[in-house]
Amino acid sequence: MTYHFDFGWLIDSLPVLLKGIRITVQLILIGAVFGVALGIACAWVRALGPKWLRPVVATYVELIRNTPFLIQLFFIFFGLPSLGIRMTELTAANLAMIVNLGAYSCEIIRAGIQATPRGQFEAGASLAMTPFQAFWHVVLVPALQRIWPALSSQIVIVMLGSAVVSQIAAEDLTFAANFIQSRNFRAFETYIVSTLIYLALAILLRQLLAGLGWMLFPRKASR
Amino acid sequence: MTEFSFWDILRNLLLAARWTVLLSLVSFIGGGIVGAALLFLRIGGRRWMRLLSRGYIQLFQGTPLLMQLFLAFFGLGLFGIDVPAWLAACVALILWTAAFLAEIWRGCVESVAKGQWEASASLGMGYLQQMRYVILPQALKVAVPPTVGFSVQVVKGTALTSIIGFVELSKAGSIVTNATFQPFTVYGLVALIYFALCWPLSKSSQLLERKLNVAHRNH
Amino acid sequence: MSLIAITEVKKRFGDNEVLKGISIDIAPGEVVAIIGKSGSGKSTLLRCINGLETIDEGSIVVAGAQFLPDETHLKALRLKVGMIFQQFNLFPHLTAGGNVMLSQMVVKKTPKKDAEAVARKMLDRVGLAHKFDALPDELSGGQQQRVAIARALAMQPIALLCDEITSALDPELVAEVLAVVKELAAEGMTLVMVTHEMRFARDVCSRVVFMHQGRVHEIGAPEDVFANPRTPELRQFLGVQ
Repeated sequence: MTYHFDFGWLIDSLPVLLKGIRITVQLILIGAVFGVALGIACAWVRALGPKWLRPVVATYVELIRNTPFLIQLFFIFFGLPSLGIRMTELTAANLAMIVNLGAYSCEIIRAGIQATPRGQFEAGASLAMTPFQAFWHVVLVPALQRIWPALSSQIVIVMLGSAVVSQIAAEDLTFAANFIQSRNFRAFETYIVSTLIYLALAILLRQLLAGLGWMLFPRKASR
Repeated sequence: MTEFSFWDILRNLLLAARWTVLLSLVSFIGGGIVGAALLFLRIGGRRWMRLLSRGYIQLFQGTPLLMQLFLAFFGLGLFGIDVPAWLAACVALILWTAAFLAEIWRGCVESVAKGQWEASASLGMGYLQQMRYVILPQALKVAVPPTVGFSVQVVKGTALTSIIGFVELSKAGSIVTNATFQPFTVYGLVALIYFALCWPLSKSSQLLERKLNVAHRNH
Repeated sequence: MSLIAITEVKKRFGDNEVLKGISIDIAPGEVVAIIGKSGSGKSTLLRCINGLETIDEGSIVVAGAQFLPDETHLKALRLKVGMIFQQFNLFPHLTAGGNVMLSQMVVKKTPKKDAEAVARKMLDRVGLAHKFDALPDELSGGQQQRVAIARALAMQPIALLCDEITSALDPELVAEVLAVVKELAAEGMTLVMVTHEMRFARDVCSRVVFMHQGRVHEIGAPEDVFANPRTPELRQFLGVQ
């Protein structure tokens, strides 16, 4: 039994696909910016911050890293309303991605911070920097440079994982694909096209992050 | 409407968790076998083998697992086979796991010092002999922590199979939530069961890594 | 007839021509020291002799057999010419004995019992019979290098290439390794050594080759080369020593 591939539906479905792409891109942009910010804050707590706060952050990190993103998403969107916290699908999706990336980037950035050579702290102190300045220039920026490839990889992983938000009806690229294939009965072709779009997005995102790395950290990190 | 007790919920979830464990094991072992084959294609032999495996790995690492599941589910159906959810789940997860394990293991092989290749070559060993007696024994030791670490990703990956209808822990969570209207409790328990499965694996991976680094430092 | 005949060998890495036409003939039983600044191509030349680097032009003939860069020729070459490395490169997952036994069993298909007997004999020859079951990270640098020598000797080579074999050792451990090499030389082993140990070169070697920027700059007996340097480059090099 031969199967006839048919991609004619592509033209008509373009607006729906484009909207899905837009939502997916928005999700990862917001997720990356706030997720990494959260990760920096948590990494600071775990490496250099107040001792009493560390177990709290540690629990958060371990919970997120040892449970599926799908369940985190369902917990936020379906579970929290029973405590009275309601939100739209997109808000829940954004929140879930930020919380998820926050935990992973915390560990990645913490590794970068802990790889700071001992002498750097002493150098910063002897140059009469304020604690914040010392953290920023001596610790954080070199740490980010050290772990930039790992962090970029994680961001791409989270972007690919965002396909799951379609399950709470957030209108991302996967949601668009599901919608389209339910109407054109061409599930295989629809999913092939959306998979290729995701692949293109992943490649673009990797390039973007690499370029960002070159811009932010022009000099090679000293050991 | 029947009343569901906490224990009813928990029991249902735990029963479904058996399928999560089974699927994880099948995916991990199957993925390991395919991954090992991929590894040999990736690092040895001819250029077309290396390009092919590199392309495979980049494809599976650069696309969502959910899409791979959908394609397996709807794609296998093209050949006329009626694809049950569990089969699509296994195929997709094995192929996905293989890509990641092959990359992890490639990193481990490349971490073996170049001098080991040179010394064994100078003693007259051929490629297969070098791999078997000198390189792989050292690479395997380094490979254990990240491989155990990846098993955590496999367990979490099984959660997505609920979306194509495979009834494992996450699907059971949705079903039970719809029956009991207690999403907070149900998904909370689901999360805790996943945590109970994953956390020991994560911790083992960390401990193994620390032990390995200590051994290295004694050089 | 020379054991190793190197004729007009040229080698480049990308744009950089590292060997610009080297010709040396090494007779059986000779102990040749190759000296020169870093970047002069000494190690590269050595690595070309046992095929760890390919040559772009010229030829290398070992024991009458032309060396061609395919699998069978490479293996045959390496069975004749052994190599000792600066970083020892012992196999960390095997004991000293295991290190010496492995290639005998795997490459020469020697049965385990015979390989073990040879291994014990070789380790004894370098003074480490009592360390047969020790792992490399339990041994000092000098001991590891001596195990490396035993490992190469177990393959019964006709010549040994030594690539700065004492450069990575603490000073007090250098002597024990050089003592082993001196014995090998006295027994008639052909040795080609890239070295910085000038005193050793003067005492043990039959010829010294001074390399500079990819060429053989001066070559001769140690008395001539060290006492009467003819070119300014060699004079400067020795002055620095």
